[in-house]
Amino acid sequence: MLNKTGIPTAEDVKTVTPSQERLNKGPVAIIECFQKIPCNPCTEACKQGAILPMQDINDLPKMNFDNCNGCGVCLSRCPGLAIFIVDASYSATEAIVRIPYEYVPVPEAGSEVVGVDRAGKELGTFKVEKVQSGGPKNKTYTVWLIVPKEMAMDVRSIRLGGVRHAN
Amino acid sequence: MSEVKDIEILIIGGGPAGLSAAAAAADLGASVLVLERDGKLGGQLVKQTHKFFGSKKQYAGDRGFQIGDLLIGTCENNSKVEVWSDTTALGIYEDGVVTAERDGKHLKIKPKKIILATGASEKMIAFPNNDMPGIFGAGAVQTLMNVHGIVPGKRVLMIGAGNIGLIVSYQLMQAGVEVAAIIEAAPAIGGYLVHASKIRRAGVPILTSHTIQEAYGKDSVEGAIICQLDDKWQAIPGTEQDLKVDVICLAVGLSPLTELCFQADCQMKYVPELSGHVPLRNDYLETTRPGLYVAGDVSGVEEASSAMVEGRLAGISAAFSLGYGKDLAPKLQAEALAELSELRSGPAGQKTLQGIRKLMDKGEALC
Repeated sequence: MLNKTGIPTAEDVKTVTPSQERLNKGPVAIIECFQKIPCNPCTEACKQGAILPMQDINDLPKMNFDNCNGCGVCLSRCPGLAIFIVDASYSATEAIVRIPYEYVPVPEAGSEVVGVDRAGKELGTFKVEKVQSGGPKNKTYTVWLIVPKEMAMDVRSIRLGGVRHAN
Repeated sequence: MSEVKDIEILIIGGGPAGLSAAAAAADLGASVLVLERDGKLGGQLVKQTHKFFGSKKQYAGDRGFQIGDLLIGTCENNSKVEVWSDTTALGIYEDGVVTAERDGKHLKIKPKKIILATGASEKMIAFPNNDMPGIFGAGAVQTLMNVHGIVPGKRVLMIGAGNIGLIVSYQLMQAGVEVAAIIEAAPAIGGYLVHASKIRRAGVPILTSHTIQEAYGKDSVEGAIICQLDDKWQAIPGTEQDLKVDVICLAVGLSPLTELCFQADCQMKYVPELSGHVPLRNDYLETTRPGLYVAGDVSGVEEASSAMVEGRLAGISAAFSLGYGKDLAPKLQAEALAELSELRSGPAGQKTLQGIRKLMDKGEALC
């Protein structure tokens, strides 16, 4: 169905999700890349030995979740904006989801935003914990969202704001 | 009688393939002249604001315009490369003379080798009122927004879910324009699924097996009727939807810009997998006209990453044939060929590989 709608299915997502035990331990990269395309910047970005080198540049990324420290370098390097960092150890009830963001305005730390799922469906209003700039060359921002723990594997973007050219 | 410009390698087209060819040939010591129809080098790269795929060797992770700046810089800083911008190549003649036009002047060039890197042009589809103001090609939308800073309208219907349709939809949203939907006649999304997912989670529906029935409006586009297609690509009655949009953007594919190949009498073949008529060529991209090479979309529509590698391969090969890089060139050729087969080895590259096999299959009719 992903190739008809653009929405990864629950089964797709399952294939890239670490164990609950690993999620609870602390930040970890979730690489939602489900199609073999010639692309490997994530493997070069990872200095932790967590994203394994590819035999063929068309291979899907493979993770060793135990080596991942959630540094997020891969998130800002992925040309497909397909990598998210989930930290289920944030508090007893909340998790942090870090998302790549390339729209304006970039939300500010401390502000409230509407989180959406992989289909763009609104899931609620969440607080922005932190915003990281990718720098003048990379330009991709990383937005840290505080979400209820049970939504950590569902929140994947925020509703766009800013200038609309509609009436 | 106008003067004839002598040059070792003439490159027609200053996009990713042409610039890569120029840099590679000049690095081996050849003197190069690049003709560019536009006022500025870079081709389509200057409008690409997204990060490119591929590997480090093709600048993956950098944005298209950044790669364009890099390639332009490399050529401008190389004393072996001369650039004539605002110059349109007109013809390649039997005696080897190439003619061009600049500022209303007719120019003559006598190159020892030629590399054609003319790129591709956008396809059009037929539907009622497809000539109405408000209907754009995706390339025009990119030029308006990303070169001139002008949005094409307020609410857009994108036609085509290949990489161009997906990327231009994303860029429209980045510019604050609403995208009502992306429709695609094929039953599956043609572009990279990571691009599709990025747009979908921003709330834009991607409707596969859908087509446009008509555009309507008084003086310009006010809406479009779309409908669903069955598995035989026929409209399903009762599935019509009326979308209120002021822009319809067409991203329905590209055709290789091969007029100069035809005119230069290269043997041509129609290969659907390569998106149209393309010239026969050997592994080193030399066509059936000796000394005439092709690189990039003109030799079959593909991604910019492979266009850059093809450009490099053609540049090395042309320089090598003039006696440059005696020791180094074969090694560089082998590296470029290895990169090309690496880029094309996955499922996304199968169409191109099949096209190239068909192109070089001697059994079928040539034109």
